[in-house]
Amino acid sequence: MENPLEGLEPQGGIPRIGDPAPNFEAESTFGNIQLADFRGSWVVFFSHPADFTPVCTTEFLAFARRHPDFRKANTELLGLSIDSIFAHLSWVRNIEEKFGCRIPFPVVADIDRRVALRYGMIMPGESKTETARCVFIIDPNAVIRALIYYPMTTGRNVDEILRLVTALQTSDAHMVATPANWQPGDPVIVPPPRTQEAAAERLLENYDCKDWYFCQKKL
Amino acid sequence: MACIDADGNLTRTAELILLALRTPAGAEAAAAGTDLPLFRVRAALRELERGGLLTALGDQLFQITARGIRKLEG
Repeated sequence: MENPLEGLEPQGGIPRIGDPAPNFEAESTFGNIQLADFRGSWVVFFSHPADFTPVCTTEFLAFARRHPDFRKANTELLGLSIDSIFAHLSWVRNIEEKFGCRIPFPVVADIDRRVALRYGMIMPGESKTETARCVFIIDPNAVIRALIYYPMTTGRNVDEILRLVTALQTSDAHMVATPANWQPGDPVIVPPPRTQEAAAERLLENYDCKDWYFCQKKL
Repeated sequence: MACIDADGNLTRTAELILLALRTPAGAEAAAAGTDLPLFRVRAALRELERGGLLTALGDQLFQITARGIRKLEG
């Protein structure tokens, strides 16, 4: 029996949280780039199903509008789909013409699907010929820190992606966690103690504690 | 090649980077001097080096070559 997924399985497995982000060199709307060119910056590496499609266009507009905020957070945006470089160029020029918005980040033309397969961006159950709406948050050391997958029907929330990057950066900088719906300026979670002694001491510290395991503080 | 246009002329990005590397410098200094994102400078450095317009001096330093100077002077 023919395997419907043949050739579409992620090569080497889908990179997961904590894994090194696989490097690649590819043609993009900004010329030939390598993922390694971004070292030292956070990267939001995202795929979209296809150029000249409406949901993807709204996402590109949303990413472009938030681009200055991502840059302020030492974060670069990098798009990808399995369209040709000429389709990408035509589409970004069309977005600028029709919506008055210049796309300020590179878009990889992964026409041979080499990068998409390496990153597990193709969901054969949904489409064998397009990339899903995948997001990889990659830190300055080229480690994957978060993944988001959306189906083709549903545009991503770019504010949430920026919030996620900010939360990860806050966790790294202050050795804390962030609660549900956290926004910059909100209290953060102090990591729970791991020993009886630390648990007893925790209640004596100047945190806002509901109990020994649940303590928050303002940064 | 993103650093050379269809007429064989330097793109604006390539020109800025070559100008910044008349004295040896690294990618970070070139990015600061040109106000370009660091990833764009790194990508351009690779292309310009492959094209013989820049040379790597080691220790992450690059310098424009004689060919690069001729290209800049047009």
